[in-house]
Amino acid sequence: MVDIIGGITKALELIATGDPTLYGIVYRSLLFSGIAIILATLWGTPIAMVLSLKDFRGKNLVKALFNSLIGIPTVVLGLVLYLIFSKGGPLGPLDLLYTPGAIILGEAILVTPILVSITTSAIEAVDPEIMSLAKTLGANESQASIAVLKEAVNGVLLSNIASFNRAIAELGVALMVGGNIAGLTDVLTTAVSRYTARGELDLAIALGIILMVIVFMINAIVIMARKAKWLVTIWRRAPD
Amino acid sequence: MATVVVVAGTLVYFNYVAKRRLIISTTTSLYDTGLLDEIEKQYEATHPVDINIISAGTGIAIEHAKNGDADVVLVHAPSQEKTFLEQGWGLNRKIIAYNFYTIVGPENDPAQLSGKTASEALFNIVQYGRNMPDQSGTTKIWVSRGDNSGTHTKEQALWKAAGYNYTEISKEPWYASVGSGMGDTLNVASQKTAYTLSDIGTFLKFEKEGTILSVALLTEEKSLLNVYSVMAVNQTISANQTYHESINYADAMEFIKYLISPETQQFIEDFGKSTYGQSLFIGAVQPLKDNAPQPIVQWIQDAAFFSGSECPTQYRSGYPELYT
Repeated sequence: MVDIIGGITKALELIATGDPTLYGIVYRSLLFSGIAIILATLWGTPIAMVLSLKDFRGKNLVKALFNSLIGIPTVVLGLVLYLIFSKGGPLGPLDLLYTPGAIILGEAILVTPILVSITTSAIEAVDPEIMSLAKTLGANESQASIAVLKEAVNGVLLSNIASFNRAIAELGVALMVGGNIAGLTDVLTTAVSRYTARGELDLAIALGIILMVIVFMINAIVIMARKAKWLVTIWRRAPD
Repeated sequence: MATVVVVAGTLVYFNYVAKRRLIISTTTSLYDTGLLDEIEKQYEATHPVDINIISAGTGIAIEHAKNGDADVVLVHAPSQEKTFLEQGWGLNRKIIAYNFYTIVGPENDPAQLSGKTASEALFNIVQYGRNMPDQSGTTKIWVSRGDNSGTHTKEQALWKAAGYNYTEISKEPWYASVGSGMGDTLNVASQKTAYTLSDIGTFLKFEKEGTILSVALLTEEKSLLNVYSVMAVNQTISANQTYHESINYADAMEFIKYLISPETQQFIEDFGKSTYGQSLFIGAVQPLKDNAPQPIVQWIQDAAFFSGSECPTQYRSGYPELYT
């Protein structure tokens, strides 16, 4: 019989004693997902601004495309990226397969649709008067766009948090392009899968607990941010 | 602009600041027992190389190598290895270790396998499966890896040796194919109180960890021999006329030499002995040199030699000391 209580007790011990294997995995998970979100924000926000502020032919089609890609199965994206990153594949010479870079890029691509969709909606929800007001006050096109973006900051943050949530909890991409290499590319989800397969359930449980705590905390932050809007205040105080 | 800098910076940091990489694509049994973790630690302590282990079934391990995504393959499916060498993907094969497969199953052993030979055991399973009251496919009596791994390859050979057509057997309602590693398969078999074929190493580990209820039922016999080999991945891949410069051939060969050294062979044999009361893997290099103990050496030669050699000369490249 699987000793659940014993497993949880040992898991809590590992968490309390700062087990280096355990925290290495936690660190990599946070780092990879974090960088992935930064990347996705850097290329996703301009896309969202174009989609929300500009008018062009096929705009609704592009929006629909991003919306439907939100639910892309991670194993499918993992497989596609494996074929691309593989040494026999188009990006093979970059030597990316089974490196942290591959996971980061993969997760950034994975969350781009969520990020773009939420940010687009957030910008669209801003009063269009702000754009024209900014222009009246002498702002050029891009300065006016930035002004609108600042009004939508709550939505932009929400998109980041939702993206981080998706990135840290996904398995397929990290497993298939990262290879689950111990100490290099294993993250919370892939390590849970590995230690379960190896019958080392206490580590698997400890990692599972931490993953759940992270996801719950993120959701708690979202709820609080929506209620109190304190994140917005912090954002606004930050220098430009 | 900022995007480009961050992307490029990330890639450069993770790819070029690191040590030389040696990617080993391996079977789950060597990995799940923890043996390779230990070998990795010792090797990295004495060599300026970063070993990266990708654990998968033999089928995927060989696919990885074909795509140029691995430098070394450590596998246990002689028939697949033969094709791999013949097609020019692999070089310098060495047989490094062996152990035995066993069929594991519920302690009350409803199909009465205990003490039977492999062929008799499979016959009993088929009889039991076909005579179960529930033929809806909900109750499973046999769980297969189903992942083209070495163990799965062995399972197919055993069905054939027992006189069954594997394709037909695998479609019967009592047969379950899970498509996962050995550990997952043992878990499924235990949960479903079904039988499965397992290498002894992974089984002993899981039995010790207390995660499964199954017991080992068969004793060692020729048809259950499990031979592990190592091969370097060929940089010049003739099949698709490409040269993979990025394949780390030199370090792959260093690693193979390390595996077959007397010290490492001894280490493999001692691994897990104190924990499990028996060796999980037995070094094969010295027995093959000494031609003893018999009949095991003869069994290894019958099961895993190609044209009378562990690596016929046309599949060797340099490093003659490997075969003296």
